[in-house]
Amino acid sequence: MAALSVARRSCGLLNGFRTSFRSLTPVKHGAVAAAMPQTSLYRDCRWYSVSHLSVKERIDKKRSAALLGGGQQRIDAQHKKGKLTARERVELLLDPESFVESDMFVEHRCSDFGMEQDRNKFAGDSVVTGHGRINGRLVYVFSQDFTVFGGSLSGAHAQKICKIMDQAMMVGAPVIGLNDSGGARIQEGVESLAGYADIFLRNVMASGVVPQISLIMGPCAGGAVYSPALTDFTFMVKDTSYLFITGPDVVKSVTNEDVTQEELGGAKTHTTVSGVAHRAFEDDVEALLNMREFFNFLPLSNLDPAPIRECHDSSNRLVHSLDTIVPFETTKAYDMLDIIHAIVDESDFFEIMPNYAKNIVVGFARMNGRTVGIVGNQPKVASGCLDINSSVKGARFVRFCDAFNIPIITFVDVPGFLPGTAQEYGGIIRHGAKLLYAFAEATVPKITIITRKAYGGAYDVMSSKHLRGDMNYAWPTAEVAVMGAKGAVQIIFRGKENQAEAEAEYVEKFANPFPAAVRGFVDDIIEPATTRKKICRDLEVLASKKQKNPWKKHANIPL
Amino acid sequence: MAAHWLSPSLNRLLFAVKYSSFQSRCCAGHCYAHYSTVSSPSEKTFDKILIANRGEIACRVIKTCRKMGIQTVAVHSDVDSSAVHVKMADEAVCVGPAPTNKSYLNMDAIMEAVRATGAQAVHPGYGFLSENKEFAKRLAAENVAFIGPDTHAIMAMGDKIESKLIAKAAAVNTIPGYDGVVKTAEEAVTISQQIGYPVMIKASAGGGGKGMRIAWNDNETREGFRFSSQEAASSFGDDRLLIEKFIDNPRHIEIQVLADKHGNALWLNERECSIQRRNQKVVEEAPSTFLDPETRRAMGEQAVKLAKAVQYSSAGTVEFLVDSKKNFYFLEMNTRLQVEHPITECITGLDLVEQMIRVAKGYHLKYKQEDIPINGWAIESRVYAEDPYKSFGLPSVGRLSQYQEPLNLSNVRVDSGIQEGSDISIYYDPMISKLVTYGATRAEALSKMEDALDNYVIRGVTHNIALLREIITHPRFISGDITTNFLPEVYPEGFTGLQLGADSRRELLACAAALHITAQLRSQRLLGDLRVSSAPVELSRWDLVVELEEGKHSVEVTKSANVYTVEVDGEQVEVSGLWNLASPLLPLSINGTHRMLQCLSRDASGRIDLQYKGTSFKIRVLSKLAAQLNSYMPEKVPEDTSSLLRSPMPGTVVAVSVKPGDTVAEGQEICVIEAMKMQNSLTAARGAKVKSVHCKAGETVGEGDLLVELE
Repeated sequence: MAALSVARRSCGLLNGFRTSFRSLTPVKHGAVAAAMPQTSLYRDCRWYSVSHLSVKERIDKKRSAALLGGGQQRIDAQHKKGKLTARERVELLLDPESFVESDMFVEHRCSDFGMEQDRNKFAGDSVVTGHGRINGRLVYVFSQDFTVFGGSLSGAHAQKICKIMDQAMMVGAPVIGLNDSGGARIQEGVESLAGYADIFLRNVMASGVVPQISLIMGPCAGGAVYSPALTDFTFMVKDTSYLFITGPDVVKSVTNEDVTQEELGGAKTHTTVSGVAHRAFEDDVEALLNMREFFNFLPLSNLDPAPIRECHDSSNRLVHSLDTIVPFETTKAYDMLDIIHAIVDESDFFEIMPNYAKNIVVGFARMNGRTVGIVGNQPKVASGCLDINSSVKGARFVRFCDAFNIPIITFVDVPGFLPGTAQEYGGIIRHGAKLLYAFAEATVPKITIITRKAYGGAYDVMSSKHLRGDMNYAWPTAEVAVMGAKGAVQIIFRGKENQAEAEAEYVEKFANPFPAAVRGFVDDIIEPATTRKKICRDLEVLASKKQKNPWKKHANIPL
Repeated sequence: MAAHWLSPSLNRLLFAVKYSSFQSRCCAGHCYAHYSTVSSPSEKTFDKILIANRGEIACRVIKTCRKMGIQTVAVHSDVDSSAVHVKMADEAVCVGPAPTNKSYLNMDAIMEAVRATGAQAVHPGYGFLSENKEFAKRLAAENVAFIGPDTHAIMAMGDKIESKLIAKAAAVNTIPGYDGVVKTAEEAVTISQQIGYPVMIKASAGGGGKGMRIAWNDNETREGFRFSSQEAASSFGDDRLLIEKFIDNPRHIEIQVLADKHGNALWLNERECSIQRRNQKVVEEAPSTFLDPETRRAMGEQAVKLAKAVQYSSAGTVEFLVDSKKNFYFLEMNTRLQVEHPITECITGLDLVEQMIRVAKGYHLKYKQEDIPINGWAIESRVYAEDPYKSFGLPSVGRLSQYQEPLNLSNVRVDSGIQEGSDISIYYDPMISKLVTYGATRAEALSKMEDALDNYVIRGVTHNIALLREIITHPRFISGDITTNFLPEVYPEGFTGLQLGADSRRELLACAAALHITAQLRSQRLLGDLRVSSAPVELSRWDLVVELEEGKHSVEVTKSANVYTVEVDGEQVEVSGLWNLASPLLPLSINGTHRMLQCLSRDASGRIDLQYKGTSFKIRVLSKLAAQLNSYMPEKVPEDTSSLLRSPMPGTVVAVSVKPGDTVAEGQEICVIEAMKMQNSLTAARGAKVKSVHCKAGETVGEGDLLVELE
């Protein structure tokens, strides 16, 4: 956690935070900070001891002070950076007038470095917490306030977050965190670190109990990054949010690398290279409006079934465009997203990690109103093969769905695992096993559609019948085999003169859905146009599916 | 049916009976094709016909064959193996890979398909081998009927130089010009000077606007010569050119003729095809508003004269240019079934494909000239996969992710060869369909066309519905004041879509606001038992800010049942409808007027793309709060593109005229891209030094690919 403070100092973004430091120097008696309109707060004496104000008036004053956070000047500075304030964010995220705030009167408890002075106390401290509704559904929210000490995390700040997280778990409702914080409150020292750990523990305890979403809307550096990392989804705002363990200056001094903040931990880096964030949005308003949309896909807790929203799209709709989507040549690519968009309700697909490991597509959609998780190999990128990144991406998504009762629909067109030293040295065996593990342990309804290739071990992995797939379908274009014809022929008919003939024989035998269908490894061979209809019907039937894995303290996924 | 064209003879009475049955089908509102196939079962015809074409025309021919009880064989390239025409035909034969010269122009493969399937006749459609004398000859040699004119007529009329000579000899009005083949650019310049500018340079073997350029001076002549000969070579395998006087502000009116092998020929009235871009037709109608009965007869008679002069048989089209004084000049004769033949079928009730098949089998024409009616009015819009905002239509490619023809409307005919899921590829013509509407009067047909365009759902490719709808509702078009220069004259700065007036802007804003609220309310409607009860927001009034183009509008919405009352800038608009959020079509009633809008996309952050009167508009609907907060959001600056030359369409790079380090002047040619057989010269937007070149000749490029970077 030492890195935390270093990171902060090195972080150019945190000017506002530094400003707050400067104002900590003792101020002469009677001096009034021009930026602070609530002059009564800045008298050097404790106002309540000499106050002529009634309790009622004091409550009102505190409340109105809390609403201004760090004061108008800092609010303006926040806006100038293209960012909204903590309260504006909450207001936009939640249904109008639904926000119920808690701990508005909480203040930090630090008495070192002049922090005990009234002018350094802010009602509610550097975070806004409470609960509210999104489209009528309950949600707990915390929103870090960058205008108060740069949103730094004090003991009180952490305590406020922990309080709503505890309640969210008891009630069974998701937690959305809006992160915009410079890091630890250095004046508080170890208390701040303890606060982080308290949050981390709750993140872990809540994992799999209620959905947890982090939206990074400013800096999030040092140890602080581990809270978003522990939550189910991390979203970012382009150009204004950063996630890193140490900032560019420290990177330079330690590894001598020249790197900008944006390159090191910006939205683009984390949504395309590192896979830390699940998606990025253009600005605060877009991000928050998208959170509302995203939230609607999720059940409130692991005790709730996947939500069903009123649906205008007929479950019997035949999708004729699918009859021609798989190209004639098996080597030719097509876009799996076309299939997904055509099948799901109203073409509404909320893709998770759209720019990372693009050879697998994951995201949420609805079938006849019911939320489903979609996993699909993407033939358009690297032939849709499985590699380290796509396996991990898929595995995490499948586990989320399973934890929260969201049925999984898997579209398979996979030529196998990606070969090569880079993959082997990187541990494709270990990482590939994660996806296998995730599909195997999942007890939610699992429907699988093989659109074209299902080769080798990758066939087993992709929610196959053998991993307890409930309904496994093949399109007429499906080929379930150990490998493609060319490779297979070279092994089976090694040395045989007429390879072309052998290949034709292999294609005839294996490059079709029959070998799998005659063994019952696929339940049916279906016309692509009927896929939507079939899935909707299966989901109705499988809604009451009950399946239990053996009791265990917890399973041991190959991490 | 008080059709004025009926005459009392018994023969004609019979015809009238048949025709009236067609009329009644129209009135029932389920008439798919506005023509009647009246083959009599006693008349023996071919058993099996091969259609040497693809797309809509192949489907069109198959439909008539089916009605006549004839078996059909489709040919196709490998990428077309699941195309509609292949599915419709009784048999299908793959004749090669995607490029047309290896498949649909591959005579060897097609001849082999004819032999293998035992087809007795071949219908060539239009384009491809339809006017290829070599193909007709080879068929004749194997005793297979070519459904089209005889080889000598194709030869005579296919060559523009020879056809002009024949026309002159037959006393058909012709355009002054040079009757011979031009070999070099300099020769072209000399001839052009003799004729006097402006001149038209065109491929001798050409047609359909390909290989055609207009030149106003010597330089343009040289450039036009180069382009036309290249295009002619690649499209027709024949780079011979001819030059003639270019008639300014002409109308393009053509006469449909139909002739049998026994010396009988009829003219089936005219088609007005003046609305063109780059010499390709966009909107056609029959009859023409411009022709009086005398001119029509004069043109018809000359057309028939020409047909008889070359012993023409089958259906053919004689194209004329008509100047403002109703002087008409013979342009060329197309010895094939024309793209726009459906409008003639609509007003005459004849099935031209059926007639062609009968004629090819050797039957006499059943009709006399006085049997040919002009019944009502028909309009055809060519729906293309192209971007009308770029020079009235640059080809676009893609997959039709959603596709729905407006066949729920009466008096609408759609000739298409694609369906939902089809690919519009760079290999073939980007036409999606021919949308034909029909009415007792022109006004009726036009109003039907408006409805049809509004009801046409096309997703996945850029299309030209916006342009078509603007044309057919333009006052000049409605009044019939059109020439072949209509588009550049009406849109001198290029096509910009529907320009919203105050009323239509209000309507559009109101619809977007109402749609937004519908979606918001639906988001709260959860079904099933809820463990934690829901607390939906029950508002009866919403304050919104709607952004459209550059304007921001305060909008107030109230709702009762399915009716939204939307106050836009102080004025109320009432919008009601079924509000199905899954449907691409939004049938709405706006202040009591029915209007069909289309929702193209809708996202979580309030962005709604609506198609309104054909044009798509990008709208953003935000709550008052969100709009206020949005004002703090920074403007994202798009990349500076003035120094980047990107491919405006997918295609093949034919030539790159610059290399890194070259200095180019504004307007100087940088490279040439060929797409859909059209060569497009890309020029520098400003004078600069070439920094880098990212393409080379022969390469395939996609839309938006970086070609050349300037410093």
